[in-house]
Amino acid sequence: MPVRRREKPFGFPKPETPHGEVVILEERCKGCGFCIEYCPHQILVLSKKFNLKGYHPPEIDKPELCVNCGFCRMICPEFAIYTYELKTGEKP
Amino acid sequence: MSVLSELQKASLSPTPDFHPESHPMDDFLRMDRMPHIWCSTCGIGVSVNCFAKALEKCQIPLDQVVVVSGIGCTGRVAGYVKVDSFHTTHGRAIPFATGMKLANPKLKVVVFSGDGDIIAIGGNHFINAARRNIDMTVICVNNFNYAMTGGQLASTTPEGSVLSTSPFGSYEFPFNLPFLAESVGAVYVARWTSLHVYNQTVSMVEALKKPGFSFVEVIAPCPTIFERQQKMGDGLDRLRWYCENSDIRNGASTKDVDIRLRDRIVVGKFVDVERPTYIDAMNAHYRERLGAKYKDYEG
Amino acid sequence: MKADPKGVLTGSHYIDGDHACCEGALAAGCRFVGGYPITPSTEVVERFARRAPLVEGAIFIQMEDELAASIAIQGAVWAGKKAMTVTSGPGFSLMMEHIGLAAMTESPCVFVDVQRGGPSTGLPTLPGQADMMQARWGSHGDYEIIAISPNSPQECFDLTIDAFNLSEQYRVPVMFMMDECVGHMMERVVIPPADKIEIVPRRFTKLPPGEYLPFKPGEDMIPEMFKAGDGYRLHVTGLTHDFRGYPVMSADVQEQLVRRLVDKIRLNEPKIRRYEENGVEDADVVVVTYGITSRVAVEAIEAARKKGIKVGMLRLVVVWPFPEPRIFELACRGKAFVMAEMNYGQIFYEVERSARGKAPVILAGHGGGTVHEIEAIVTKIEEAHRCLS
Repeated sequence: MPVRRREKPFGFPKPETPHGEVVILEERCKGCGFCIEYCPHQILVLSKKFNLKGYHPPEIDKPELCVNCGFCRMICPEFAIYTYELKTGEKP
Repeated sequence: MSVLSELQKASLSPTPDFHPESHPMDDFLRMDRMPHIWCSTCGIGVSVNCFAKALEKCQIPLDQVVVVSGIGCTGRVAGYVKVDSFHTTHGRAIPFATGMKLANPKLKVVVFSGDGDIIAIGGNHFINAARRNIDMTVICVNNFNYAMTGGQLASTTPEGSVLSTSPFGSYEFPFNLPFLAESVGAVYVARWTSLHVYNQTVSMVEALKKPGFSFVEVIAPCPTIFERQQKMGDGLDRLRWYCENSDIRNGASTKDVDIRLRDRIVVGKFVDVERPTYIDAMNAHYRERLGAKYKDYEG
Repeated sequence: MKADPKGVLTGSHYIDGDHACCEGALAAGCRFVGGYPITPSTEVVERFARRAPLVEGAIFIQMEDELAASIAIQGAVWAGKKAMTVTSGPGFSLMMEHIGLAAMTESPCVFVDVQRGGPSTGLPTLPGQADMMQARWGSHGDYEIIAISPNSPQECFDLTIDAFNLSEQYRVPVMFMMDECVGHMMERVVIPPADKIEIVPRRFTKLPPGEYLPFKPGEDMIPEMFKAGDGYRLHVTGLTHDFRGYPVMSADVQEQLVRRLVDKIRLNEPKIRRYEENGVEDADVVVVTYGITSRVAVEAIEAARKKGIKVGMLRLVVVWPFPEPRIFELACRGKAFVMAEMNYGQIFYEVERSARGKAPVILAGHGGGTVHEIEAIVTKIEEAHRCLS
């Protein structure tokens, strides 16, 4: 007997997970750690380097996992981090 | 006059460590005054971020927005947002905003100030503006103390807190701000913490769009003073604590949302009712009493 | 610029000083009053509450206390309206912080103080003139204000318009120092047609946003103004600020700003001063007075002249900034001064200071509650005359 295959709807694009690029404005960072703690995919870690004020800014550990959710940008008190969608340029 | 021109030059130059890489919100901020004075892990910057996002979502033209604040750490918000902003005296941001709104009802007036400023010294103005339902949005960042002056007891400080004017722990019962706001007639009352950024933004959008006196309380960490004195860590530890210990209960009765020092916090949107604003009530009333002689007040 | 006819109640009226003050404000273009009731000034706001709904663009709100009233008017000023608040002694004390804010942010507004017997609750329904020093020095820090004192309901109308004009021209809060007698006295007040009333419009800037600096002074030490909602997006603060309006914590900026706030009135004093002289040139004794006391002084001077003393009167209309040069000039010419005021010595010290020891100055004062007795002033005139010989 032929294997019954599920009919997929025709013509619908496959939903794609967006991919975001993270931009960190290191000199503004005051090392609070909010973005590192609350990134849903935990792509940020505390870097070892210092910025001019003596804080450790975050650095991107797993850039391929960023989905442009924009939570880091919202939770940052210093306006020091944001993301944008590579293909469309959308900034959430 | 050369001294004058030197001072002119000095006042126009940007701060020494200003960096021109840009962030999407930079148009909204006075970049020539950055970096701001708030401590690392302070929750006020997060609220300003949410406010900027809320303004973007509401699509209110920034030329019409006025931010009025009082004195204190949160009171410095007026100095950092690039809209017509007024940094007034301690506790009197709300009557200033009342005068401004009544003189030009087309302005979108936002009072952005701290708990001590709005509810302690400004308490009388808060309750009367809410009673009158003046069309303004009040965003109260509650860090449970008077931070700018070094951390004194405030009227929202939970019982038992150790602060500089309650060195052996506070024995005063604090205000329950949503309960107070609802009882004096605010039409929109919500409370969120610094962690709930999306909820805060949505609440701010709703508060901005709602005609009448809307009140958004934001529980924010004060790492340098409040959290340090209570040995609760820094802002990040406090955000983790909010994550574990906050209950989102939209529509909860405001009588039950007291804050105790190491107890769970209830957050959510508590009140969303309709009432005519001051100017609408005034126009309707005069139209009825004075008839055709009266022309609606438009500013 | 001519007055807006919608606010002008042209005609001949029989009203009291408080009502005349309200009409003067409306004629001057005042369209926002934040008030709080306090005897004897309540009639001003009562009349404004009755007139405002029928004057286009005018709005009245009774605020919850004087602190709120004195800052609500500043909110209205920065939204573009002319604004006024009205109070008496105890309320005036409450408004002090915001008078300082108005002086610091250079907000043009008018504070009407219908003086009553003080201190503290004092004599609510009886006159006094004991807030004169407080008008000048009440708030903390260095600043200058203009204070005007009318002596009749007609002057209450005319000088209120002048108060608004001076406040717009110099961007300074103006204190309108009435007293309960003038406020509750009913006399004929003639209000001319609107095109005969000159008013000074607000000095809004014509520069576009980006070029305009809100606290950069012009040639006359006074910056141009803007209003919220016009797209300037500027910051106004009570902290010491630079030309952009941004707070700067430094002694240089403090010097630059506060010296200008003080100098713009002190150096313009010859243009602001106003007093009326009557028979001063050949007099031996000059009676310096203001407000309701000047009307009693007129009688006292008549009586003294009948006794053979050459007496003249100098009535201060603008009390602050005080006309020091004129007093000094008269003192140098060998005249004696009698300061007739309804207090235990306030402007008396200014006259004494301005005379710089060159002339005797006698105080004809009492604690308030009633106007002077004519005999009391005549006695002091005689005493001053004896000092000269």
